[in-house]
Amino acid sequence: MLHAVRDLSPIILVISVFQLAVLQQPFPQLFGILLGGILVVFGLALFVIGLEMGLFPIGEAMARAFASKGSLMWLLIFGFCLGFSTTVAEPALIAITKEAAEVAAQGKLIAADNASMNSYAVGLRLTVALSVGIAVVVGIIRILMGWPVHYLIIGGYLLVILMTTVAPKEIVGIAYDSGGVTTSTVTVPLVTALGVGLATTIRGRNPLVDGFGLIAFASLLPIVFVMGYGLIMFG
Amino acid sequence: MKWGRSMGFLDTLGQTLAATVWDLLPVVALLVGFQFFVLRKPIAHWKRVVVGFGFVLVGLTLFQVGLQTALFPLGKIMAKQLSDPGFVFGPGVMPDNPHWGSYFWVYLFAASIGFSTTIAEPALIAVAHKASEVSRGRISQWGLRLVVAFGVAVGIALGTFRIVTGTPLYAYIIAAYAIVVIQTVFAPRMIVPLAYDSGGVTTSTVTVPLVAALGLGLSATIPGRNPALDGFGLIAFASVFPIMTVLGYGLIVQWRTNPRRRDTAEE
Repeated sequence: MLHAVRDLSPIILVISVFQLAVLQQPFPQLFGILLGGILVVFGLALFVIGLEMGLFPIGEAMARAFASKGSLMWLLIFGFCLGFSTTVAEPALIAITKEAAEVAAQGKLIAADNASMNSYAVGLRLTVALSVGIAVVVGIIRILMGWPVHYLIIGGYLLVILMTTVAPKEIVGIAYDSGGVTTSTVTVPLVTALGVGLATTIRGRNPLVDGFGLIAFASLLPIVFVMGYGLIMFG
Repeated sequence: MKWGRSMGFLDTLGQTLAATVWDLLPVVALLVGFQFFVLRKPIAHWKRVVVGFGFVLVGLTLFQVGLQTALFPLGKIMAKQLSDPGFVFGPGVMPDNPHWGSYFWVYLFAASIGFSTTIAEPALIAVAHKASEVSRGRISQWGLRLVVAFGVAVGIALGTFRIVTGTPLYAYIIAAYAIVVIQTVFAPRMIVPLAYDSGGVTTSTVTVPLVAALGLGLSATIPGRNPALDGFGLIAFASVFPIMTVLGYGLIVQWRTNPRRRDTAEE
């Protein structure tokens, strides 16, 4: 609980200083803000307890179970489903694809009616979810093979740079942002625990060097896929 | 009035709970499905795990409700007020070609809000927790979070600068990638995957709504900016810059502990 108070104090400090000293305005509805602050502190504290009791152990237990079962196929299917299913319904992603459809309609890349905007947004969402699923699969294969993470990431960067030069400019900003919104608060601990669990179980892998990196793939691959989607749709 | 407000609060609570359940549902379905049909093994300490998931559900819901009722509305109003021409240039003045230096408070607000929201980001807490556990404390939880938050602060401040000056997004991102690649070559091997991961976890529940409001408010008030085009991109800044600061931190620690022989630090 004390940790949660400490985690939250910078936000409170920043907002108070700007509100009182820079904008020089009083706080509206001070009671509501205090109540909200208490909820945030409680929520954060509960989340961290739940993390240690639920999300981390189950992620590592799954990794161990797959490793001892020795079925690569099922592990990869599990990884894909985990990436795809947690992304496809992500509220931040839904919001950003809707905005993207409006940008595309304004830029006259698609028709400005509801049907085509909707199908564009859904297509974008499926593209991102697919790319996250594939990213987790690639990340798992990488852990199993012991490839260094930076070759794949730098290769991904080069691909992003290359595609930026040819992709329509209406898609570039959204593509870059889509990499950031894909990894939700529930997915991150689970995927991290899965990676670290695999790297701990497999002999010759270091959990720090090989276990991390799954989130990085899940943030990079959507950028490539979304620009690819833009190229196919308008290119 | 009082009644109406508390109804509004309960509505928010209900909607947020539903959204969090919706977030957890695919994960739970997947875990249960694989556990029963593929792995066919009982979950160890399953009661504890179920309670843990309950805590995550309730915790995230309360966290979100608190943010939505208290911090987000205030933060959004502030982002709007700070980027308002009346505040920046004085009432009734809006130059056609505003000087970038006039937006000092906006940059400072962007940096401080980026820093403080990242410190409270639950996904980053999770990754820092795991990293500290796996490295047996060599990577400190609090230290990693501070370094990442510093990266987000620099990134978002630079992102607002980009909106004010109207310079192209891809130029910044490509330059940032180039720096990351160079840093990767020299950084200690064990920090690299963690650095890349921290780019992805900085932007979820807390940071995105406030930062998006700032970007949209700013691009709506500056002449010649299109909010639909220029409002995007701040999240990308917040994802790339933490990679840089974490790698940089790794480099500094390496040089300080072992100034001459770089190779031995990579064992």
